[in-house]
Amino acid sequence: MLLVLARRLGNVIPTLLAVVALVFLLFSVLPGSFISGMNEDGRSPIDPAVMERMRKEMGLDDPLHERFGKYVAKVATGDLGISFRTREPVTKLIGARLWPSLKLVLAAMSFAILVGVTLGFLAALRPGSLIDTASMVMAISGLSLSQFWFGLMLMYLFALTLGWLPSFGYGDGGIVNLILPAMALGVGPMALLARTTRAAVLDVLNADFVRTARSKGMSEKRVIEWHVLRNALVLVITIVGLQFGSLMGQAVVVEKLFAWPGVGSLMVDSVFQRDMPAVQGCILMIVLFFLFINTLVDIAYVVIDPRIRYG
Amino acid sequence: MRKLLSLVAVAAIAGAGAASAQETPRKGGTIRMTAPYAASFGSLDPHTTPRAQDDIINKALHRTLYNWDSKDNKLVLELATAATPSADGLTYTFKLRDDAYFHNGRKMTADDVIWSFNRIMDGSKGYPAARYVRIIKGAVEVEKGQAKEISGLKKIDDKTFEMTLTSNVDPGYYFFSGTTAILPKEEVEKGNFAANPVGLGPFKFKEHIPGSRVVAERFDKFYKPGKPYADKVEVLIMAEAAARDVAFRNKEIDTSILGPAQYVAYREDANLKNGILEVPEMFTRAVTFNHSFKPFADKKVRQAFNHAIDTDLIIKRLVKDKAYRAVSWLPLASSAFDKSAKPYAFDPEKAKKLLAEAGYPNGFEFELTTSQNESWGLPIVEAIIPMLAKVGIKVKPKLVEVTVLTDIAMKGEHQAYIGSNLTGPDSLATLRCYYSQTPRTACNYTGYNNPAYDKLLDEAAASTDPAKRNDLLRQANNMLLDEAPVWFFNYNKAVLAYQPWIHGLQANPTEITHQYPEDIWVDQRSPAK
Repeated sequence: MLLVLARRLGNVIPTLLAVVALVFLLFSVLPGSFISGMNEDGRSPIDPAVMERMRKEMGLDDPLHERFGKYVAKVATGDLGISFRTREPVTKLIGARLWPSLKLVLAAMSFAILVGVTLGFLAALRPGSLIDTASMVMAISGLSLSQFWFGLMLMYLFALTLGWLPSFGYGDGGIVNLILPAMALGVGPMALLARTTRAAVLDVLNADFVRTARSKGMSEKRVIEWHVLRNALVLVITIVGLQFGSLMGQAVVVEKLFAWPGVGSLMVDSVFQRDMPAVQGCILMIVLFFLFINTLVDIAYVVIDPRIRYG
Repeated sequence: MRKLLSLVAVAAIAGAGAASAQETPRKGGTIRMTAPYAASFGSLDPHTTPRAQDDIINKALHRTLYNWDSKDNKLVLELATAATPSADGLTYTFKLRDDAYFHNGRKMTADDVIWSFNRIMDGSKGYPAARYVRIIKGAVEVEKGQAKEISGLKKIDDKTFEMTLTSNVDPGYYFFSGTTAILPKEEVEKGNFAANPVGLGPFKFKEHIPGSRVVAERFDKFYKPGKPYADKVEVLIMAEAAARDVAFRNKEIDTSILGPAQYVAYREDANLKNGILEVPEMFTRAVTFNHSFKPFADKKVRQAFNHAIDTDLIIKRLVKDKAYRAVSWLPLASSAFDKSAKPYAFDPEKAKKLLAEAGYPNGFEFELTTSQNESWGLPIVEAIIPMLAKVGIKVKPKLVEVTVLTDIAMKGEHQAYIGSNLTGPDSLATLRCYYSQTPRTACNYTGYNNPAYDKLLDEAAASTDPAKRNDLLRQANNMLLDEAPVWFFNYNKAVLAYQPWIHGLQANPTEITHQYPEDIWVDQRSPAK
């Protein structure tokens, strides 16, 4: 277990450095500057001389490698800098968005696991049946749908037509406002999980050890619970981990559509306003989340399947 | 022209319909407005942000020296009861209200005004509001770090101060913008002001969920008797037009700004068409020519460009009539707009003739920088390409993000670009964008240089007679129409959909989402708690 953690931590630092370097590079070639977002009425609100002085004071005129070095040194102390746009610490901006983002991602993944794994499992137990066909149609549709379109359809159905749920917003942070964005965000992973679970369960059902278990007279319920589920779970968890980790980054569209106050919408606004410290902070957060989830998945492998060893 | 004026009349009537409910305003309820321009607010500290999105909530929380009166289409004093100019028009004596309180209970004094403007000019912070305060004598010195206090601001007593300006302008145009709000020093200096804003507005801050909403509650010590009417105002961030449409139809929001496609749908919907507020905003959409690009240095080429495009057709088909034909640089609501002026006629033959006279009988090729904007971006460029091709002008579109358009223009890196330009309410400041001494980095993106035009502006600036100044500005604007430094495309028609239970909305031509919420009330039909 400790080895898993050590290996993961060893990977985290170079990954983060590579991401920060990439973002630095991309922003250095993008047109526009921190002042661009203020020019929305076609006139610059800041005197060019003041702008130049600010650029100097902020170190924006320094060579890229110097800025990169200074930024990395600050990040190492937990300082993500000051947002150009709001003039507040980036850690504070992200801190305010983190819990809503996590809540949305957790809810979306719960929806995906609950519906996806159940559908995939039922489909695999009765291949070729109506439930198999229906669940696979759902899975393919779910993979093909755009989050934006599906989210809008959910709004039309559950808010406008049925009047069951609010169409947008954070409300009081309760579950009522969470359901629609979570479904919109979770539909892709749900579809992928349904297909993966079906394939994994079918694979295990045809394995020799399952045939052996059945021939020994073990009840079907016990075979499924003890042998099939446990063995199929390794592949399912891999998909869950990968999807879970990337959901925070994928949530941009859903957050904007549902006016959900997450890290994704903060990142989009910051990109458009060329607020580099905020963009870097958001990306770092998303990457950290991804790496954290992947580490958890690695640990879960060992717990579920004792045959798996690292080292 | 008649059609244009009738459209303005319709807009005015629509505005009046929303604003003049016959019933007695109801006390209580919640106003639910939307902030549609981004997925978050920039800051609740008004000095740090010039963005239209942030001014939506600023109007509830904060106050400025002046307000824009949408009913009479003019500036009015807000935090002051009198502003008396000196004979030379350079020094104004302001008498402040004696009944304006900050949300922390302290009375506003002249020190607050002086402190706020000094804070704005702190050059080490680069506050965007400096663009307005810079007209006060000595402000630039503070910005440059050469002085600690603005010399042109002098306290007479707690309720009186003098403001000396660098030139003869109406200070109202500079101090009605939300970013010049008067703030309480003691609250700002506590730090974290953006998270706990304290202002002089009709509503006091209650809650901000970044990326979702700001909620403010009625401030009982607000200086206008009986106002505000509502108990609460919520400004809900909704950047997606399609989601706003669902929320509006589902009665979850009280107002929603409409784009061209929704404008058509709402006008055709029997349930929605009576709740539409329209106003010609003070934004002029145009293709701005860089006159240092040789063909555009010639007036005849620029005029030919204007004649070559069927502008009315584009407004009708592509912009879905959600715009008014631009007749000149100044917008319809400007007092210096010449109502007898006529737009360039669609006349390709005349365009060809002008091009030949200018030495381009076979036309020329140029690069047109554009954003993706549906009303003044790529779709419009796609429409004008074939029209210009018919007279021999070949367009090479160059797509950029909307946020960097002005950057490109400031650097003069464009041959021409299409964009939306603030053209009011200060006609003098607007027309200065074509003054030869105005640098490109300010707003002379064309590089226009015409001594006759400069002379008109100099005379207008020197004039202390408002009527004479207005006439000179009208002449300057007409000169621009003839000189065609840009392709005059359209003036934005801002459209706000509103629910039947909301009253007192203002047809604000400076920005329709900027509503003074103390004048708004909701009747019993509102589903909001």
